[in-house]
Amino acid sequence: MNHTRRNFLKFAGLTAAGLCVASAGGALAVSGAGSAIRDDEKVLKAKRWAMVIDTKKVGTKETIAVLAKACHAAHNVPDIPGKQNIKWLWAAGFEEAFDQPNNYMDEGLEKREFPLLCNHCTNAPCVRVCPTQATYKRADGIVAMDYHRCIGCRYCMAGCPFGARSFNFMEPRLHLDLAALNKEFPTRMRGVVEKCNFCVERLAHGKQPACVEASQGALVFGDLSDPASEVRKVLREHYTIRRKPALGTEPGVYYII
Amino acid sequence: MKLYNGGKIITGLVIFLGIFLAPLAYNAGKAAYIQPKLKMPENEKECVESKEFMRTKHMQLLDQWRDWALRDGQRMYVNSKGKVFEMSLQKTCMKCHTNKAEFCDKCHNDASVTPYCWDCHVQPEGLKK
Repeated sequence: MNHTRRNFLKFAGLTAAGLCVASAGGALAVSGAGSAIRDDEKVLKAKRWAMVIDTKKVGTKETIAVLAKACHAAHNVPDIPGKQNIKWLWAAGFEEAFDQPNNYMDEGLEKREFPLLCNHCTNAPCVRVCPTQATYKRADGIVAMDYHRCIGCRYCMAGCPFGARSFNFMEPRLHLDLAALNKEFPTRMRGVVEKCNFCVERLAHGKQPACVEASQGALVFGDLSDPASEVRKVLREHYTIRRKPALGTEPGVYYII
Repeated sequence: MKLYNGGKIITGLVIFLGIFLAPLAYNAGKAAYIQPKLKMPENEKECVESKEFMRTKHMQLLDQWRDWALRDGQRMYVNSKGKVFEMSLQKTCMKCHTNKAEFCDKCHNDASVTPYCWDCHVQPEGLKK
């Protein structure tokens, strides 16, 4: 063969192409563990998960503390004194919860406490502003988080109109009872945001959310898109309101007043 | 042929090669690297995939598990032999590998890598203050 420029370029081109194919093959081989994925047989599925809270039954700080305790124990949420506390579920009065101050309210409502948590909005602002897609919307309506990806920018906290998100200003393990950890669920680390996850990890194995289980029927959880579901039945029978509907985020948590 | 500044160039090359090959000379005669002895689970003989696959690719597998479980909501993994596992570090891996210090850390220390799994995931021994 002649040592011409043409031959040299042909050879160099073929070599480069061969290297590309080889490295692509290597990358594909990584995922090729010869495996399949599927659901647990017991998984609870829905098109749109939603929760209805009967505030007549859970309307005091004490009853809400029971729900919060069940939730926080299940998810290793620390209790930090002061402003830097982490909360997935907490209690607040009517005005704080619903943004509708009323100076001549009946006494029962005026003194009632409301359990607040992430609303798992249909149009969730936190999902839209997250720069790393650490917060994302699942097909079943749950706004979930992947803490591996969270960079702690806190845009989601600025975006959320419900104050449902907490930032880990310090190492959360310093304030956890390490002997009583739920060893089936991770903790978080300093510098990430966290919030209620509607107990996706429990739904995946056919269990109701921890707060619903602890509420003795005051909280109802189910599929909003199914007219025969328990939540739809409760919504038909009671007068309910949602938090800050004017913002158009379409919360998935309803309150029986 | 004439090499301009030949003395300097050759001295430079000799010094360079000397430094470059110093680690080889330093380690000459020493025993070769031996893979650390890991504490294997007592009740289980087979891992999720083959031993060789787990040794070289467990990080990629865990990455995929995370995305499948969190993003796709599919939490069960059917391995190449048809056996089903839940995709969970704490609920599956750590149920057999019950000692982080005797298992994970040994290779990670030798390879000088510090994965940050345990910043959040609870290690099987539990946590101490």
